[in-house]
Amino acid sequence: MSLVIESVAKKFDRFPALKGVSFTAPKGCFLALLGPSGSGKTTLLRILGGLEFADVGHIDFEGLDWLALPARERRAGFVFQQYALFRHMTVAKNIAFGLSIRPRKTRPTRAEIARRVEELLSLVQLDGLGKRFPSQLSGGQRQRVALARALAIEPRMLLLDEPFGALDAKVRKDLRHWLRGLHERLGLTTVFVTHDQDEALELADLVAVMNQGKIEQIATPAELRANPATPFVADFLGQAPGGPGIVPIRTAVPKPSSHRFNEGSYTAR
Amino acid sequence: MRNILRPRAATDDHPLVKITLAVIAIGFLILFLFMPLLTVFSEALAQGWKMAWDALIEPDAVAAIKLTLLVAAIAVPANMIFGLAASWCIAKFDFRGKNLLITLIDIPFSVSPVVSGLVFVLIFGLQGWMGQWLRDNDMKIIFALPGIVLATIFVTFPFVARELIPLMIDQGRDEEEAAVSLGASGFSTFFRVTLPNIKWALLYGVLLCNARAMGEFGAVSVVSGHIRGLTNTMPLHVEVLYNDYQYVGAFAVASLLALLALVTLTLKSLLEWRFAGEIAASSRH
Repeated sequence: MSLVIESVAKKFDRFPALKGVSFTAPKGCFLALLGPSGSGKTTLLRILGGLEFADVGHIDFEGLDWLALPARERRAGFVFQQYALFRHMTVAKNIAFGLSIRPRKTRPTRAEIARRVEELLSLVQLDGLGKRFPSQLSGGQRQRVALARALAIEPRMLLLDEPFGALDAKVRKDLRHWLRGLHERLGLTTVFVTHDQDEALELADLVAVMNQGKIEQIATPAELRANPATPFVADFLGQAPGGPGIVPIRTAVPKPSSHRFNEGSYTAR
Repeated sequence: MRNILRPRAATDDHPLVKITLAVIAIGFLILFLFMPLLTVFSEALAQGWKMAWDALIEPDAVAAIKLTLLVAAIAVPANMIFGLAASWCIAKFDFRGKNLLITLIDIPFSVSPVVSGLVFVLIFGLQGWMGQWLRDNDMKIIFALPGIVLATIFVTFPFVARELIPLMIDQGRDEEEAAVSLGASGFSTFFRVTLPNIKWALLYGVLLCNARAMGEFGAVSVVSGHIRGLTNTMPLHVEVLYNDYQYVGAFAVASLLALLALVTLTLKSLLEWRFAGEIAASSRH
């Protein structure tokens, strides 16, 4: 087991965002944090990235005391929901950022950085767009630039915050398959946050269903479908307890209005 | 030529309304901006270029010009740093008393400059809180350069911060977080991500700050003591000359002051025109 999370809790003022979360995930797995908004999934992801600090708890990753490392030393590639590309830099400079800010001793040469950027551009299928600015790209392209930028630092783990949230349904479907393929090629431990159960079940090796700051169930997609542990999980996955074929009860799932209605999300299995 | 009477957009108003509004706006501009400016220059040159030039190279005038430039050269960089630091704190961090800080930054805008000048006299003046101590240590603040610089810094403090705060709040912390997660130190995050994103607003704030720093009258008037050739800045020198009925001299110095402001604005427009694409890229996302 390579990612071990032990009773991590976090409060914002009085609001408990995480109420003691524990689970383990194997190295190289593709883990989805699935839950409605306010369930604490993004908070957990940001704690993993070092952008938020846990009040209590312990995280071990590949033998490292993960929470003791400051964000800049974790080498956790973080892909933000709104991409957070550096708007004043070209795509190539964005991707090169993580390498070019290294101290002189560990910084690759200029030529080496340029080569890496070309490599990553072709990995994310954006060959030839290095000279563009982020504002000149489509949403799907920006998303892939953000991913390339995160991959440039040879991250220990990849963290994706609602990676497809701001994209339209068609692009989302395409990127999903592409991302799964990429994960299989790179073998990086990847954690991604989503409120879309289709996305989680289709993409992930392991799905952690979260609700109100707690993990309701963590299991493989197949097991989640077959044996939802709690009524919440069954409800959220669109299945009543007791197996498929029963009319789903979907009233309890809040969907942020900023996201497009994704057909398929509400259909019964 | 297109017909101005034909509506071009659904939100267009009746042509008469448009023309009336345009005439009012242009008339207002001419009456309150161009006419006074023109008067300043024409009065200065009323008795020929020679007289105006002589008024500018007269020793007291030269001293006033030098002092004004020196004060601006100290006050503007100081406020650039203060303003940058304050906006950075306000926009990128949450802390108690943030709203209080925002209000404090606005104080120089709401307090009369004369009052702020008086405050400095009350603190550093001979009868003030620190008066005795300053005299014992042979330091002079009021009626000297330090007082003028302090008063100018106080009055021009909000310009940079006011330009930066809304922009920095709007840009949020995402890019800084991204930089940190990519391994950047605080130093390189600031200089390679934060600063480039705000450089145009910063420049604009600095130019406004500079224009005000050179033109400030009220606060400086209180702390300077009007010592000719020593503590008179350009605006004070204009007043002194004007009260002495030396109109050509007064308007000549005033023209120079106005010219400095015009140069500042031209500079800003030039930069905006030259870097239009980049400015658009940094405000969009």
